[in-house]
Amino acid sequence: MTFISDSRFHRQLLLVNGLLPAVFIVFDHWRGELGANPVEFVTRATGVLALIFMVLTLLVTPLRKLFGWNWLLKQRRLIGLYAFFYGVAHLLTYIAGDRDWQLLSVPDDVLKRPFIAVGMISFLLMVPLAATSTNAMIKKMGGKRWNQLHRLTYLIAIGGVVHYYMIVKSDITYPLAFAIAVGLLLAYRLAVQIRKVA
Amino acid sequence: MSKSPEIPPSEITPEETFLNRRFFMKSAIWAGTTVATTGLYRTFSPRADVENTGTAIASTADPSVTSHLLPDEKLNTFEEIAGYNNFYEFSTDKSEVAAKAKNFVTNPWSVEVTGLVQKPRTFNLEEILKFESEERTYRFRCVEGWSMVIPWVGFPLAKLLSLVEPMSGATHVAFTSYHDLKQMPDSVFAGIDLPYVEGLRLDEAMHPLTLLATGLYGKTLPNQNGAPVRLVVPWKYGFKSIKSVVKIELTDKEPPTTWNLANAREYGFYSNVNPTVDHPRWSQARERRIGEGGTRETLMFNGYADQVASLYAGMDLRKNF
Repeated sequence: MTFISDSRFHRQLLLVNGLLPAVFIVFDHWRGELGANPVEFVTRATGVLALIFMVLTLLVTPLRKLFGWNWLLKQRRLIGLYAFFYGVAHLLTYIAGDRDWQLLSVPDDVLKRPFIAVGMISFLLMVPLAATSTNAMIKKMGGKRWNQLHRLTYLIAIGGVVHYYMIVKSDITYPLAFAIAVGLLLAYRLAVQIRKVA
Repeated sequence: MSKSPEIPPSEITPEETFLNRRFFMKSAIWAGTTVATTGLYRTFSPRADVENTGTAIASTADPSVTSHLLPDEKLNTFEEIAGYNNFYEFSTDKSEVAAKAKNFVTNPWSVEVTGLVQKPRTFNLEEILKFESEERTYRFRCVEGWSMVIPWVGFPLAKLLSLVEPMSGATHVAFTSYHDLKQMPDSVFAGIDLPYVEGLRLDEAMHPLTLLATGLYGKTLPNQNGAPVRLVVPWKYGFKSIKSVVKIELTDKEPPTTWNLANAREYGFYSNVNPTVDHPRWSQARERRIGEGGTRETLMFNGYADQVASLYAGMDLRKNF
């Protein structure tokens, strides 16, 4: 067996490396090393991690088609689930840290602050994707419908970047970097579609 | 299994060597990826390595203004105050500013006081430090929704202004921060026009609470907190308290201010702390006191209403935010 075909090894690598940031955050929290404003840091870190994994899932198809790295496909589900995992962590940090667990204040806050609304919609769109990520669900839905549903990923990625851009005060370097990454990855898909039609 | 006659038996890797090599390769990949992930995380995670390297400043305590804190309010630690800073000239990451400002040169320094004054004058650092210093403990409320309690050392701005004798036509005071791309290379990412400028009405500037701070916790200011001299206006959002001041100009009209220029809808000239007027993107009703678990109520004029509310009598604070 070669490394390229050793998907068990790939999965282990991804599982551990994807979880490491969460482990560090918990560890740093435990030893009180999350800086002066832990809520702000954890909110930012989990949000950025969710975006990073969103970008990584979008990267799988272009890498397969451009370089023939088909072995990546087997890991895409776990990458997507990590995006969801950090999205959940991001939401929980907001509810615990920003809302002091006052769940009833969340709807009002969502309506009051447009950037929260954009983030919340993006998160809610991730829920059906995570729920239909099992083999059984793919079988049940059929590949075509499943693929159609999972194109929501594009919308979620755009929503995530917009959400980030909206909260930044003036230094847009990081949101811009994510916008360029997501933009290129979506432009690639558009180009492929156009070539198919032509 | 199919035969492969083209490979002579001597060239087939013995199973043991193959497994060893595989084990070695896998270990290397494990080590490489986890070290890379850890390094990437650590690049962005906050570092707490601030040292109080300032020199001591002799000062007198001012009990009339330091006893105003609520019973449950306590001073923030030096590490909190000097490790979490908005100083966009150095970095837009609050936990990065201390490291980026480490080699900032603050001596020699001079503050030019000019404009509508009888006796324009440039103060050098020595002259600034000669003003009789007081310890002033103030709440500090950032427009972002966090706050601290900081034991400043400094003197009322009024003392300096009376030395230069403002003309009768002067109505406002404009402040300018130091800016220099060589010492502040990351300021190109700030997203705001620099040098940083701020302004006050003359009566706000002359108010006894308005301070020119030269230190905190009994020692000269750390660079990241606006060394060697900064403004502190405790009843306004933190960004009004301009850092590393190099110029003070008396004028007869409202001067431009940096955040107002960047986004006039979100940041007004007055920017008084006001829990009833929200920022367009977030509520200002509560604040996160650094070092505390939950949030606490934001006080009108940051708790200094009895001393400053009269400055704004008859004004619509919703319009003049």
